[in-house]
Amino acid sequence: MVKDGITSHVQQPGDPMKMPKSRISQWIRTVLVSIIACTGLSLFASPASADSANADLPYSISGTVSESGAPLEGVKITVTGPSMAVPTEVLTAVDGSWSIGVPEKNSDYEVKLDTETLPAGSSIVDDPDTTAVESSSMSVRVGPGGRVALNFFLGDVERATTSLLDQLLSRIINGVNFGLMLALASIGLSLIYGTTGISNFAHAEMVTFGALASLIFVQLGAPLWIALIGAVALSAFFGWGMDAALWAPLRRRNTGLVQLMIVSIGLSLAVRYTYQLIIGGGTEQLPGADSPKLQLFGSISLSWIDIASMVISVFLLAVFAWWLLRTRIGKATRAISDNPSLAAASGINVDAVVRVVWIVGSALAGFSGILWAFFRPGIRWDMGGQILLLMFAATTLGGLGTAWGALIGSIIVGILVETSTLVIPSDLKYVGALVILIVILLFRPQGIMGRKERVG
Amino acid sequence: MDFLGILNSTVGFVIDPVTIAFSLAALGLAVHFGFAGLLNMGMAGFMALGAYGYAIGILTFGLPWYIAAFLGPLAAIVFALILGIPTLRLRGDYLAIVTIAAAEIMRLLFLTSTFGPITGSADGLSGHNSGSFWADNPLPEGQYDFGPFRGTELDWWVRIVGFLILCVAVAIVWLLVNSPWGRVLKGIREDEDAVRSLGKNVFAYKMQALIIGGVLGALGGLVLAMGQNVNPNQYVTSITFYIWTALLLGGAATVFGPLAGAVIFWVIQAFIGLLMPALAAEGLLLGLSSIQAAQIKFILVGIALVLIVVFRPQGIFGNKKELTFVK
Repeated sequence: MVKDGITSHVQQPGDPMKMPKSRISQWIRTVLVSIIACTGLSLFASPASADSANADLPYSISGTVSESGAPLEGVKITVTGPSMAVPTEVLTAVDGSWSIGVPEKNSDYEVKLDTETLPAGSSIVDDPDTTAVESSSMSVRVGPGGRVALNFFLGDVERATTSLLDQLLSRIINGVNFGLMLALASIGLSLIYGTTGISNFAHAEMVTFGALASLIFVQLGAPLWIALIGAVALSAFFGWGMDAALWAPLRRRNTGLVQLMIVSIGLSLAVRYTYQLIIGGGTEQLPGADSPKLQLFGSISLSWIDIASMVISVFLLAVFAWWLLRTRIGKATRAISDNPSLAAASGINVDAVVRVVWIVGSALAGFSGILWAFFRPGIRWDMGGQILLLMFAATTLGGLGTAWGALIGSIIVGILVETSTLVIPSDLKYVGALVILIVILLFRPQGIMGRKERVG
Repeated sequence: MDFLGILNSTVGFVIDPVTIAFSLAALGLAVHFGFAGLLNMGMAGFMALGAYGYAIGILTFGLPWYIAAFLGPLAAIVFALILGIPTLRLRGDYLAIVTIAAAEIMRLLFLTSTFGPITGSADGLSGHNSGSFWADNPLPEGQYDFGPFRGTELDWWVRIVGFLILCVAVAIVWLLVNSPWGRVLKGIREDEDAVRSLGKNVFAYKMQALIIGGVLGALGGLVLAMGQNVNPNQYVTSITFYIWTALLLGGAATVFGPLAGAVIFWVIQAFIGLLMPALAAEGLLLGLSSIQAAQIKFILVGIALVLIVVFRPQGIFGNKKELTFVK
């Protein structure tokens, strides 16, 4: 996160749906005021060298003031609040840190940065990517932890003037990137649904699997491209294994669809926590995740990873389209999606085709997981679960069980998620996609590409 | 390793507020899935409404606890209506996806810093119990221990209130499912079209079931909030899955099955959660650390869920004739 000037954005504890802040990056270098309210274990709490006031009070608000990563000294911070008799002032120390003790927790305070004391040319700018920041003055709530960190990030005034159109364009490109990645995962989900009827909640774990496998290859010393190919191959094998060990026997038992769905939930829980057992709760990075941004045109900049990610996604989707439309097994897959009994009656080996669908779906999901690891960025045990509902939203939007619907739905969801932050707070950006999911069911339950049938 | 101590703490979980809360939520899910056949995957959202309704009612609106307690169930009714209107006419798995998404929306709305002053954002809410709820506690101050069941007067007050709510809920659900209304509901579960052909308004029955189960879920969240702080991380999707595990363990289409399932689930969960780290500390678990060992229980929950659904779908106390996985 250091790279885009948000010096240290800490994920709030237990906030698995947090999105990468850094994608849109350089052009928003202007940023930035960011509020990081992390209580208790705060990384910022009680910096030893901080200039502090009211240090004898039990609770505190503290933070740093920095400009483009460099700390600012001598900036006046004032804290007022209903529980304080008089406003307390403090000047920041050499390292930009400050700390003010406050008498009560579970209470609101107003933190004001005196812009008069800033060096000439500095200004606090709205950061479209952070949540609760308006200006040099912010209100903050000291929660039950009794400590709050509040960091001011400053940027140059002239760079703050990214036009709305540029922002929109940049976000749309970013959204397409996210949507293509999502499409790779949702196509598998949709195909599996189409051929077997399973709403596969464990698909999230297949996404995580690809990222984890690539991480393991990298840690074994393989170059990145070998790691990626190896990870996709392992993912395909994982899909084969799941079908052979679990889903094929259940098909033979004629297990009901609802049971299969709950089995997938159980599988998802077991596999997800097995990942956590193996890699722990932290975040790991693949090499290249912090690659520099290239200025393209206007204020649009992308890293080579972003560009490669989009190119490879489009290539894979094209190969997949050829496979589904032109090859025998692709045609058989579509036949089974249409009508499994008729397909079986006309001599298609349904079991074998479903096996192939699991392999293809899992390989695509695995690759999507690698792209997701770069996009977030970082590899976590629950990273797949973070986009599972978006995958469901995309497939439902496009039409459950249709491959092209999943593609279109994913791109719409991707763009929607990324552009919605222009209007709504970024920690609510998934909400828009999920609300769309509910609304679409009201008006067109079969989705954009789905056939109209009686679904009730 | 203090095996007796572990056993003792485990038994204490039988009457823990968490167990009572899960029993209520599992009972609500039994109404949804066991009796009406509705695939509600968003129980966490209903529970969150119960908990936040209670805490916000006290902290923001300054209501006494027994009035604030009604806010969550009221919100759950509205939530059920919003969820039900678009989805109850559709195939079952649509409801599953929509409810899971709606529960996640609720959690994100409680988590966002936009509403931080009311919801406490990621910090959650605390201190809602220390006002009128504790003041109305009739028990004299002190420590009350009965064998493995220990606690202060405040712990027991939460347990008593929770247990009373649970008893009333069980009685109501039992009366409902054994009434003509309950028989229609079971009919819908078995064959919706047949019931429709008898002139019953299937949509209305499903909606009523969704609301009743949702209110029970909110009551579960309420009991949870009475015993501890309210935090958005408590109401993640996994909680819904745990409730499903508890429900299917006990038997979906029964009244007492979900209660037994919740107790068994939490007791086993607590036992494994205490035993594994203790074993790891003794070095008996192939060099796993205590933290890693504590996670084994989540893996076992997942495996247990798979095994129950495949091999004993009617649950421990369920009737094979009354399988709810008919479709």
